[in-house]
Amino acid sequence: MAFDTMMGMLGNGFVVTIELFLITLLGSLPLGVFVALGRMSSFLPLQWIMRFYISIMRGTPLMLQMFAIYFAPYYVFGIDLTPDSKWNATIVAFIINYAAYFAEIYRSGIQSIPRGQYEAADVLGYSKTQTFMKIVLPQVIKRILPAMGNEIITLVKDTSLAFAIGVAEMFSTAKALAAREANMFPYLLAGLFYWLFNMVVEVVLNRVEKKLDYYHD
Amino acid sequence: MTDSNKPLVTIENVYKSYGSNQVLHGVSLSVSPGEVVAVIGPSGGGKSTLLRCATLLERFDSGTLAYGDLDVAVDRDGTAVYGSKDVIAQAKLRFGLVFQNYNLFPHYTVLKNITDAPISVQKRNRDEVEQQARQLLSRMGLEGNEGKVPCELSGGQQQRVSIARALCMNPDILYFDEPTSALDPELTQEVLRVIRSLAESHMTMVIVTHEMTFARDVADRIVFLDGGSIVEEGPADQVINNPTQQRTREFLLRYEG
Ligand SMILES: Nc1ncnc2c1ncn2[C@@H]1O[C@H](COP(=O)(O)OP(=O)(O)OP(=O)(O)O)[C@@H](O)[C@H]1O
Ligand SMILES: [Mg+2]
Repeated sequence: MAFDTMMGMLGNGFVVTIELFLITLLGSLPLGVFVALGRMSSFLPLQWIMRFYISIMRGTPLMLQMFAIYFAPYYVFGIDLTPDSKWNATIVAFIINYAAYFAEIYRSGIQSIPRGQYEAADVLGYSKTQTFMKIVLPQVIKRILPAMGNEIITLVKDTSLAFAIGVAEMFSTAKALAAREANMFPYLLAGLFYWLFNMVVEVVLNRVEKKLDYYHD
Repeated sequence: MTDSNKPLVTIENVYKSYGSNQVLHGVSLSVSPGEVVAVIGPSGGGKSTLLRCATLLERFDSGTLAYGDLDVAVDRDGTAVYGSKDVIAQAKLRFGLVFQNYNLFPHYTVLKNITDAPISVQKRNRDEVEQQARQLLSRMGLEGNEGKVPCELSGGQQQRVSIARALCMNPDILYFDEPTSALDPELTQEVLRVIRSLAESHMTMVIVTHEMTFARDVADRIVFLDGGSIVEEGPADQVINNPTQQRTREFLLRYEG
Protein backbone atom coordinates (compact mmCIF):
# COMPACT_ATOMS: atom_id res chain seq x y z
CA MET A 1 0.00 0.00 0.00
CA ALA A 2 1.27 3.45 -0.88
CA PHE A 3 2.50 5.62 1.95
CA ASP A 4 0.05 8.42 1.22
CA THR A 5 -2.92 6.01 1.16
CA MET A 6 -1.85 4.78 4.56
CA MET A 7 -1.42 8.35 5.79
CA GLY A 8 -4.84 9.22 4.42
CA MET A 9 -6.49 6.37 6.33
CA LEU A 10 -4.62 7.18 9.54
CA GLY A 11 -5.54 10.83 8.98
CA ASN A 12 -9.22 9.89 8.87
CA GLY A 13 -8.80 7.99 12.13
CA PHE A 14 -6.97 10.94 13.57
CA VAL A 15 -9.93 13.22 12.83
CA VAL A 16 -12.15 10.86 14.85
CA THR A 17 -9.58 10.87 17.67
CA ILE A 18 -9.57 14.66 17.75
CA GLU A 19 -13.36 14.72 17.69
CA LEU A 20 -13.54 12.35 20.65
CA PHE A 21 -10.92 14.42 22.48
CA LEU A 22 -12.68 17.74 21.90
CA ILE A 23 -16.21 16.52 22.63
CA THR A 24 -14.97 14.87 25.83
CA LEU A 25 -13.36 18.12 27.01
CA LEU A 26 -16.37 20.18 26.02
CA GLY A 27 -18.63 17.93 28.06
CA SER A 28 -16.46 16.99 31.02
CA LEU A 29 -14.87 20.35 31.86
CA PRO A 30 -18.24 21.98 32.72
CA LEU A 31 -19.82 18.77 34.05
CA GLY A 32 -16.88 18.48 36.45
CA VAL A 33 -17.80 21.86 37.95
CA PHE A 34 -21.23 20.56 38.93
CA VAL A 35 -19.80 17.31 40.25
CA ALA A 36 -17.26 19.24 42.34
CA LEU A 37 -19.95 21.57 43.70
CA GLY A 38 -22.11 18.57 44.58
CA ARG A 39 -19.16 16.83 46.19
CA MET A 40 -18.48 19.92 48.34
CA SER A 41 -22.16 20.50 49.09
CA SER A 42 -23.21 20.57 52.72
CA PHE A 43 -26.38 18.76 51.62
CA LEU A 44 -25.23 15.29 52.60
CA PRO A 45 -27.29 13.08 50.25
CA LEU A 46 -25.94 15.01 47.26
CA GLN A 47 -22.42 14.84 48.65
CA TRP A 48 -22.68 11.06 49.10
CA ILE A 49 -24.05 10.52 45.61
CA MET A 50 -21.13 12.47 44.17
CA ARG A 51 -18.62 10.60 46.31
CA PHE A 52 -20.08 7.32 45.08
CA TYR A 53 -20.08 8.47 41.47
CA ILE A 54 -16.47 9.66 41.64
CA SER A 55 -15.43 6.46 43.37
CA ILE A 56 -16.97 4.27 40.63
CA MET A 57 -15.54 6.39 37.82
CA ARG A 58 -12.05 6.37 39.23
CA GLY A 59 -12.16 2.86 40.62
CA THR A 60 -13.17 0.90 37.52
CA PRO A 61 -11.60 0.75 34.04
CA LEU A 62 -12.80 3.25 31.50
CA MET A 63 -13.07 0.42 28.98
CA LEU A 64 -15.49 -1.41 31.22
CA GLN A 65 -17.53 1.77 31.66
CA MET A 66 -17.73 2.10 27.87
CA PHE A 67 -19.14 -1.39 27.53
CA ALA A 68 -21.52 -0.90 30.42
CA ILE A 69 -22.91 2.24 28.84
CA TYR A 70 -23.01 0.63 25.42
CA PHE A 71 -25.07 -2.37 26.57
CA ALA A 72 -27.15 -0.65 29.25
CA PRO A 73 -29.91 0.64 26.93
CA TYR A 74 -30.44 -2.88 25.59
CA TYR A 75 -30.30 -4.82 28.86
CA VAL A 76 -31.99 -2.27 31.06
CA PHE A 77 -34.54 -0.69 28.74
CA GLY A 78 -34.73 -3.20 25.89
CA ILE A 79 -33.76 -0.52 23.37
CA ASP A 80 -32.20 -1.89 20.19
CA LEU A 81 -28.59 -0.99 19.52
CA THR A 82 -28.04 1.06 16.38
CA PRO A 83 -24.88 1.77 14.36
CA ASP A 84 -24.55 5.07 16.28
CA SER A 85 -24.70 3.36 19.66
CA LYS A 86 -20.97 2.65 19.86
CA TRP A 87 -19.96 6.24 19.21
CA ASN A 88 -22.60 7.60 21.58
CA ALA A 89 -21.65 5.19 24.36
CA THR A 90 -17.98 6.09 23.93
CA ILE A 91 -18.68 9.81 24.15
CA VAL A 92 -20.88 9.43 27.23
CA ALA A 93 -18.39 7.15 28.99
CA PHE A 94 -15.48 9.49 28.30
CA ILE A 95 -17.38 12.56 29.44
CA ILE A 96 -18.65 11.15 32.71
CA ASN A 97 -15.33 9.46 33.46
CA TYR A 98 -13.26 12.57 32.87
CA ALA A 99 -15.78 14.79 34.68
CA ALA A 100 -15.06 12.77 37.84
CA TYR A 101 -11.31 13.33 37.54
CA PHE A 102 -11.72 17.02 36.73
CA ALA A 103 -14.14 17.42 39.65
CA GLU A 104 -11.52 16.16 42.08
CA ILE A 105 -8.93 18.52 40.64
CA TYR A 106 -11.35 21.45 40.89
CA ARG A 107 -12.17 20.51 44.45
CA SER A 108 -8.54 20.32 45.52
CA GLY A 109 -7.96 23.71 43.89
CA ILE A 110 -10.93 25.37 45.53
CA GLN A 111 -10.04 23.95 48.93
CA SER A 112 -6.46 25.17 48.64
CA ILE A 113 -7.51 28.82 48.58
CA PRO A 114 -6.74 30.23 52.05
CA ARG A 115 -9.68 31.19 54.23
CA GLY A 116 -8.23 34.69 54.54
CA GLN A 117 -9.10 35.36 50.90
CA TYR A 118 -12.77 34.67 51.59
CA GLU A 119 -12.66 36.74 54.76
CA ALA A 120 -11.03 39.72 53.07
CA ALA A 121 -13.64 39.58 50.30
CA ASP A 122 -16.44 39.24 52.85
CA VAL A 123 -15.36 42.30 54.82
CA LEU A 124 -15.08 44.31 51.59
CA GLY A 125 -18.69 43.43 50.85
CA TYR A 126 -18.24 41.15 47.84
CA SER A 127 -21.23 38.88 47.26
CA LYS A 128 -20.74 35.10 47.25
CA THR A 129 -20.82 35.03 43.45
CA GLN A 130 -18.41 37.95 43.14
CA THR A 131 -16.05 36.33 45.62
CA PHE A 132 -16.04 33.11 43.65
CA MET A 133 -15.78 34.61 40.18
CA LYS A 134 -13.32 37.43 40.91
CA ILE A 135 -11.22 36.22 43.80
CA VAL A 136 -11.35 32.43 44.05
CA LEU A 137 -11.72 31.14 40.49
CA PRO A 138 -8.76 32.96 38.91
CA GLN A 139 -6.49 31.66 41.67
CA VAL A 140 -7.92 28.16 41.36
CA ILE A 141 -7.24 28.08 37.63
CA LYS A 142 -3.60 28.93 38.16
CA ARG A 143 -3.22 26.32 40.88
CA ILE A 144 -4.88 23.44 39.03
CA LEU A 145 -3.29 24.04 35.65
CA PRO A 146 -0.46 21.50 36.04
CA ALA A 147 -2.83 18.76 37.22
CA MET A 148 -5.31 19.60 34.44
CA GLY A 149 -2.48 19.44 31.93
CA ASN A 150 -1.61 15.92 33.04
CA GLU A 151 -5.18 14.80 32.76
CA ILE A 152 -5.67 16.35 29.32
CA ILE A 153 -2.51 14.68 27.99
CA THR A 154 -3.75 11.37 29.38
CA LEU A 155 -7.06 11.94 27.61
CA VAL A 156 -5.28 12.25 24.25
CA LYS A 157 -3.84 8.78 24.76
CA ASP A 158 -6.99 7.34 26.35
CA THR A 159 -8.97 8.04 23.18
CA SER A 160 -7.28 4.90 21.79
CA LEU A 161 -9.40 2.83 24.21
CA ALA A 162 -12.36 3.48 21.93
CA PHE A 163 -10.89 0.89 19.55
CA ALA A 164 -12.05 -1.83 21.96
CA ILE A 165 -15.67 -1.04 21.26
CA GLY A 166 -15.12 -0.69 17.52
CA VAL A 167 -14.99 3.07 17.02
CA ALA A 168 -12.82 3.77 13.99
CA GLU A 169 -10.40 6.20 15.59
CA MET A 170 -6.71 6.31 14.82
CA PHE A 171 -5.60 3.34 16.90
CA SER A 172 -8.19 0.98 15.34
CA THR A 173 -7.09 2.16 11.92
CA ALA A 174 -3.45 1.55 12.76
CA LYS A 175 -4.28 -1.94 14.05
CA ALA A 176 -6.19 -2.80 10.87
CA LEU A 177 -3.40 -1.46 8.68
CA ALA A 178 -0.73 -3.32 10.64
CA ALA A 179 -2.63 -6.58 10.21
CA ARG A 180 -3.01 -6.08 6.49
CA GLU A 181 0.56 -4.97 5.87
CA ALA A 182 1.97 -7.47 8.33
CA ASN A 183 4.34 -4.89 9.82
CA MET A 184 4.50 -2.42 12.67
CA PHE A 185 4.94 0.70 10.59
CA PRO A 186 1.31 1.90 10.96
CA TYR A 187 1.68 1.72 14.76
CA LEU A 188 4.82 3.79 14.55
CA LEU A 189 3.00 6.42 12.51
CA ALA A 190 0.04 6.43 14.92
CA GLY A 191 2.42 6.83 17.86
CA LEU A 192 3.97 9.79 16.08
CA PHE A 193 0.55 11.35 15.61
CA TYR A 194 -0.33 11.01 19.32
CA TRP A 195 2.99 12.45 20.28
CA LEU A 196 2.69 15.44 17.95
CA PHE A 197 -0.86 16.04 19.15
CA ASN A 198 0.35 16.10 22.74
CA MET A 199 3.17 18.46 21.84
CA VAL A 200 0.55 20.89 20.59
CA VAL A 201 -1.45 20.41 23.80
CA GLU A 202 1.70 21.07 25.83
CA VAL A 203 2.51 24.24 23.90
CA VAL A 204 -0.98 25.55 24.57
CA LEU A 205 -0.77 24.66 28.27
CA ASN A 206 2.65 26.25 28.61
CA ARG A 207 1.36 29.40 27.04
CA VAL A 208 -1.55 29.62 29.51
CA GLU A 209 0.80 28.82 32.39
CA LYS A 210 3.16 31.56 31.31
CA LYS A 211 0.30 34.02 31.08
CA LEU A 212 -0.64 33.28 34.70
CA ASP A 213 2.97 33.44 35.83
CA TYR A 214 2.83 37.17 36.60
CA TYR A 215 2.24 36.41 40.28
CA HIS A 216 2.88 33.71 42.81
CA ASP A 217 1.58 33.32 46.33
CA MET B 1 -22.09 63.80 61.96
CA THR B 2 -23.59 66.53 64.12
CA ASP B 3 -23.66 64.73 67.44
CA SER B 4 -19.98 63.99 67.84
CA ASN B 5 -20.48 61.89 70.95
CA LYS B 6 -22.82 59.38 69.40
CA PRO B 7 -20.82 56.17 69.11
CA LEU B 8 -20.00 54.84 65.65
CA VAL B 9 -20.15 51.31 66.95
CA THR B 10 -21.84 49.93 70.03
CA ILE B 11 -21.25 46.39 71.20
CA GLU B 12 -23.19 45.40 74.28
CA ASN B 13 -22.99 42.43 76.60
CA VAL B 14 -21.70 40.03 73.97
CA TYR B 15 -21.34 36.30 74.66
CA LYS B 16 -19.73 33.91 72.25
CA SER B 17 -18.66 30.29 72.55
CA TYR B 18 -17.11 27.74 70.25
CA GLY B 19 -18.71 24.51 71.38
CA SER B 20 -18.16 24.37 75.11
CA ASN B 21 -15.37 26.96 74.99
CA GLN B 22 -16.79 30.30 76.16
CA VAL B 23 -14.63 32.88 74.42
CA LEU B 24 -16.44 36.15 75.18
CA HIS B 25 -18.33 36.67 78.45
CA GLY B 26 -20.40 39.81 78.38
CA VAL B 27 -18.08 42.17 76.54
CA SER B 28 -19.26 45.73 75.88
CA LEU B 29 -17.42 48.29 73.83
CA SER B 30 -18.44 51.48 72.12
CA VAL B 31 -16.29 53.78 70.07
CA SER B 32 -16.94 57.45 69.42
CA PRO B 33 -16.02 59.30 66.23
CA GLY B 34 -12.31 60.12 66.08
CA GLU B 35 -11.48 57.84 68.95
CA VAL B 36 -8.57 55.39 68.83
CA VAL B 37 -9.00 52.35 71.02
CA ALA B 38 -6.25 49.80 71.59
CA VAL B 39 -7.22 46.30 72.68
CA ILE B 40 -4.51 44.44 74.54
CA GLY B 41 -4.40 41.17 76.40
CA PRO B 42 -2.89 37.71 76.55
CA SER B 43 -3.12 35.16 73.77
CA GLY B 44 -6.47 33.40 73.68
CA GLY B 45 -8.13 36.24 75.56
CA GLY B 46 -10.70 36.76 72.80
CA LYS B 47 -9.32 39.85 71.04
CA SER B 48 -9.57 38.42 67.53
CA THR B 49 -12.96 36.92 68.26
CA LEU B 50 -14.23 40.33 69.37
CA LEU B 51 -13.03 41.93 66.12
CA ARG B 52 -14.39 39.07 64.04
CA CYS B 53 -17.78 39.51 65.67
CA ALA B 54 -17.67 43.26 65.15
CA THR B 55 -16.81 42.77 61.47
CA LEU B 56 -19.48 40.08 60.99
CA LEU B 57 -17.00 37.33 60.14
CA GLU B 58 -18.46 35.55 63.18
CA ARG B 59 -21.81 35.85 64.87
CA PHE B 60 -22.08 36.05 68.64
CA ASP B 61 -24.62 34.05 70.64
CA SER B 62 -26.14 36.86 72.63
CA GLY B 63 -25.70 40.60 72.95
CA THR B 64 -26.24 43.51 70.59
CA LEU B 65 -24.31 45.23 67.84
CA ALA B 66 -25.11 48.59 66.25
CA TYR B 67 -23.27 50.77 63.78
CA GLY B 68 -24.49 54.28 64.52
CA ASP B 69 -28.26 54.08 64.22
CA LEU B 70 -28.12 50.84 62.25
CA ASP B 71 -29.09 47.90 64.47
CA VAL B 72 -27.14 44.93 63.17
CA ALA B 73 -27.92 42.44 65.93
CA VAL B 74 -30.52 42.86 68.64
CA ASP B 75 -31.17 40.81 71.72
CA ARG B 76 -34.31 38.71 71.84
CA ASP B 77 -34.72 36.73 75.08
CA GLY B 78 -31.00 36.31 75.48
CA THR B 79 -30.34 35.34 71.86
CA ALA B 80 -28.72 37.59 69.30
CA VAL B 81 -30.97 38.14 66.29
CA TYR B 82 -29.17 39.50 63.25
CA GLY B 83 -30.68 41.86 60.71
CA SER B 84 -31.59 41.01 57.14
CA LYS B 85 -29.09 40.51 54.34
CA ASP B 86 -29.66 44.13 53.45
CA VAL B 87 -28.82 45.35 56.95
CA ILE B 88 -25.67 43.22 56.99
CA ALA B 89 -24.62 44.63 53.60
CA GLN B 90 -25.20 48.19 54.83
CA ALA B 91 -23.22 47.51 58.00
CA LYS B 92 -20.28 46.24 55.97
CA LEU B 93 -20.00 49.64 54.33
CA ARG B 94 -19.33 51.23 57.70
CA PHE B 95 -16.15 49.45 58.73
CA GLY B 96 -12.91 48.10 57.35
CA LEU B 97 -10.63 45.40 58.70
CA VAL B 98 -6.86 45.06 58.40
CA PHE B 99 -5.65 41.49 58.94
CA GLN B 100 -2.47 40.29 60.54
CA ASN B 101 -1.37 38.59 57.31
CA TYR B 102 -2.78 41.27 54.97
CA ASN B 103 -4.91 38.91 52.84
CA LEU B 104 -4.31 40.91 49.69
CA PHE B 105 -5.60 39.36 46.48
CA PRO B 106 -2.42 37.93 44.95
CA HIS B 107 -3.68 37.95 41.35
CA TYR B 108 -4.62 41.64 41.39
CA THR B 109 -2.22 44.54 41.03
CA VAL B 110 -1.80 46.91 43.94
CA LEU B 111 -4.12 49.40 42.27
CA LYS B 112 -6.79 46.80 41.54
CA ASN B 113 -6.59 45.44 45.09
CA ILE B 114 -7.56 48.89 46.29
CA THR B 115 -10.07 49.89 43.62
CA ASP B 116 -11.95 46.70 42.84
CA ALA B 117 -14.32 46.65 45.82
CA PRO B 118 -15.20 50.37 45.62
CA ILE B 119 -15.98 49.89 41.93
CA SER B 120 -17.71 46.52 41.93
CA VAL B 121 -19.30 46.54 45.40
CA GLN B 122 -19.98 50.23 46.01
CA LYS B 123 -20.58 50.86 42.28
CA ARG B 124 -18.54 54.03 42.37
CA ASN B 125 -17.04 55.77 39.38
CA ARG B 126 -13.76 54.23 38.25
CA ASP B 127 -11.87 57.49 37.66
CA GLU B 128 -12.86 58.88 41.02
CA VAL B 129 -11.90 55.65 42.81
CA GLU B 130 -8.56 55.40 41.03
CA GLN B 131 -7.75 58.97 41.91
CA GLN B 132 -8.52 58.27 45.56
CA ALA B 133 -6.46 55.07 45.43
CA ARG B 134 -3.45 56.96 44.10
CA GLN B 135 -3.78 59.55 46.84
CA LEU B 136 -3.96 56.81 49.44
CA LEU B 137 -0.91 55.09 47.98
CA SER B 138 1.13 58.25 48.20
CA ARG B 139 -0.09 58.78 51.74
CA MET B 140 1.14 55.25 52.50
CA GLY B 141 4.51 56.08 50.92
CA LEU B 142 3.83 53.66 48.07
CA GLU B 143 3.58 55.83 45.00
CA GLY B 144 4.88 54.14 41.90
CA ASN B 145 3.78 50.66 43.02
CA GLU B 146 0.33 50.72 41.41
CA GLY B 147 1.18 48.15 38.76
CA LYS B 148 3.01 45.68 40.98
CA VAL B 149 1.44 42.52 42.35
CA PRO B 150 1.55 41.82 46.10
CA CYS B 151 4.29 39.18 45.86
CA GLU B 152 6.65 41.86 44.57
CA LEU B 153 6.28 43.88 47.78
CA SER B 154 7.74 43.50 51.27
CA GLY B 155 5.44 42.52 54.14
CA GLY B 156 5.37 46.09 55.39
CA GLN B 157 4.43 47.38 51.95
CA GLN B 158 1.73 44.73 51.59
CA GLN B 159 0.27 45.71 54.94
CA ARG B 160 0.20 49.36 53.87
CA VAL B 161 -1.58 48.37 50.66
CA SER B 162 -4.14 46.50 52.73
CA ILE B 163 -4.66 49.61 54.87
CA ALA B 164 -5.18 51.62 51.68
CA ARG B 165 -7.59 48.98 50.42
CA ALA B 166 -9.66 49.30 53.59
CA LEU B 167 -9.55 53.11 53.53
CA CYS B 168 -10.66 53.37 49.92
CA MET B 169 -14.06 52.03 50.99
CA ASN B 170 -14.40 55.20 53.11
CA PRO B 171 -15.31 53.35 56.31
CA ASP B 172 -16.46 55.14 59.45
CA ILE B 173 -14.26 52.90 61.54
CA LEU B 174 -11.19 50.82 60.86
CA TYR B 175 -10.30 47.65 62.79
CA PHE B 176 -6.80 46.22 62.96
CA ASP B 177 -6.01 42.72 64.21
CA GLU B 178 -2.33 42.68 65.15
CA PRO B 179 -1.31 44.51 61.99
CA THR B 180 2.41 44.20 62.66
CA SER B 181 2.71 40.74 64.19
CA ALA B 182 3.91 39.19 60.95
CA LEU B 183 6.56 41.86 60.40
CA ASP B 184 10.15 42.31 61.54
CA PRO B 185 10.91 45.39 63.69
CA GLU B 186 11.93 47.69 60.86
CA LEU B 187 8.86 46.94 58.75
CA THR B 188 6.73 47.19 61.89
CA GLN B 189 7.81 50.80 62.33
CA GLU B 190 6.76 51.84 58.82
CA VAL B 191 3.29 50.36 59.35
CA LEU B 192 2.95 51.91 62.82
CA ARG B 193 3.94 55.28 61.34
CA VAL B 194 1.06 55.03 58.90
CA ILE B 195 -1.42 54.13 61.65
CA ARG B 196 -0.10 56.98 63.77
CA SER B 197 -0.70 59.43 60.94
CA LEU B 198 -4.24 58.09 60.56
CA ALA B 199 -4.77 58.72 64.26
CA GLU B 200 -3.53 62.26 63.83
CA SER B 201 -6.10 62.80 61.11
CA HIS B 202 -8.79 61.52 63.53
CA MET B 203 -9.60 58.27 61.81
CA THR B 204 -11.71 56.18 64.19
CA MET B 205 -9.81 52.96 64.89
CA VAL B 206 -9.84 49.88 67.08
CA ILE B 207 -6.41 48.27 67.14
CA VAL B 208 -5.58 44.89 68.62
CA THR B 209 -1.87 45.04 69.31
CA HIS B 210 1.02 43.72 71.32
CA GLU B 211 2.99 46.95 70.79
CA MET B 212 2.49 48.52 74.22
CA THR B 213 4.48 51.68 73.62
CA PHE B 214 2.61 52.27 70.41
CA ALA B 215 -0.72 51.64 72.16
CA ARG B 216 0.12 54.12 74.91
CA ASP B 217 1.26 56.81 72.48
CA VAL B 218 -1.43 56.48 69.85
CA ALA B 219 -4.57 55.24 71.57
CA ASP B 220 -6.96 57.47 73.47
CA ARG B 221 -8.28 54.51 75.38
CA ILE B 222 -6.96 51.06 76.16
CA VAL B 223 -9.06 47.99 76.77
CA PHE B 224 -7.44 45.02 78.52
CA LEU B 225 -9.21 41.84 77.52
CA ASP B 226 -8.41 38.64 79.40
CA GLY B 227 -10.31 35.38 79.63
CA GLY B 228 -13.11 36.73 77.49
CA SER B 229 -13.97 39.78 79.56
CA ILE B 230 -12.74 43.32 79.86
CA VAL B 231 -10.64 43.38 83.00
CA GLU B 232 -9.63 47.00 82.80
CA GLU B 233 -10.33 49.94 80.56
CA GLY B 234 -9.29 53.57 80.66
CA PRO B 235 -7.19 56.41 79.24
CA ALA B 236 -4.13 54.97 77.51
CA ASP B 237 -1.36 56.24 79.76
CA GLN B 238 -3.30 55.43 82.89
CA VAL B 239 -3.82 51.78 81.90
CA ILE B 240 -0.18 51.39 80.85
CA ASN B 241 1.49 53.44 83.58
CA ASN B 242 -0.91 53.02 86.50
CA PRO B 243 -3.08 49.96 85.99
CA THR B 244 -5.59 49.41 88.77
CA GLN B 245 -6.01 45.65 88.30
CA GLN B 246 -3.53 43.03 89.39
CA ARG B 247 -4.02 41.03 86.18
CA THR B 248 -3.26 44.06 84.06
CA ARG B 249 -0.07 44.72 86.02
CA GLU B 250 1.07 41.13 85.60
CA PHE B 251 0.35 41.22 81.90
CA LEU B 252 2.21 44.48 81.40
CA LEU B 253 5.20 43.31 83.40
CA ARG B 254 5.78 40.60 80.81
CA TYR B 255 6.04 43.26 78.13
CA GLU B 256 8.58 45.41 79.87
CA GLY B 257 11.94 44.93 78.30
N1 LIG C 1 -12.90 29.16 64.89
C1 LIG C 1 -12.69 28.77 66.17
N2 LIG C 1 -13.13 27.57 66.58
C2 LIG C 1 -12.93 27.16 67.86
N3 LIG C 1 -12.30 27.87 68.78
C3 LIG C 1 -11.82 29.08 68.44
C4 LIG C 1 -12.00 29.59 67.09
N4 LIG C 1 -11.43 30.82 67.05
C5 LIG C 1 -10.94 31.06 68.27
N5 LIG C 1 -11.17 30.02 69.11
C6 LIG C 1 -10.79 29.97 70.53
O1 LIG C 1 -11.23 31.14 71.15
C7 LIG C 1 -10.33 31.61 72.13
C8 LIG C 1 -9.98 33.07 71.86
O2 LIG C 1 -9.29 33.16 70.64
P1 LIG C 1 -8.88 34.53 69.98
O3 LIG C 1 -8.28 34.20 68.68
O4 LIG C 1 -10.05 35.44 69.98
O5 LIG C 1 -7.80 35.07 71.00
P2 LIG C 1 -6.82 36.30 70.83
O6 LIG C 1 -6.99 37.14 72.04
O7 LIG C 1 -6.98 36.95 69.53
O8 LIG C 1 -5.39 35.60 70.92
P3 LIG C 1 -4.02 35.94 70.14
O9 LIG C 1 -3.34 37.04 70.89
O10 LIG C 1 -3.25 34.67 70.24
O11 LIG C 1 -4.37 36.32 68.75
C9 LIG C 1 -9.14 30.67 72.07
O12 LIG C 1 -9.28 29.75 73.15
C10 LIG C 1 -9.29 29.97 70.77
O13 LIG C 1 -8.79 28.67 70.84
MG1 LIG D 1 -5.81 37.12 67.75
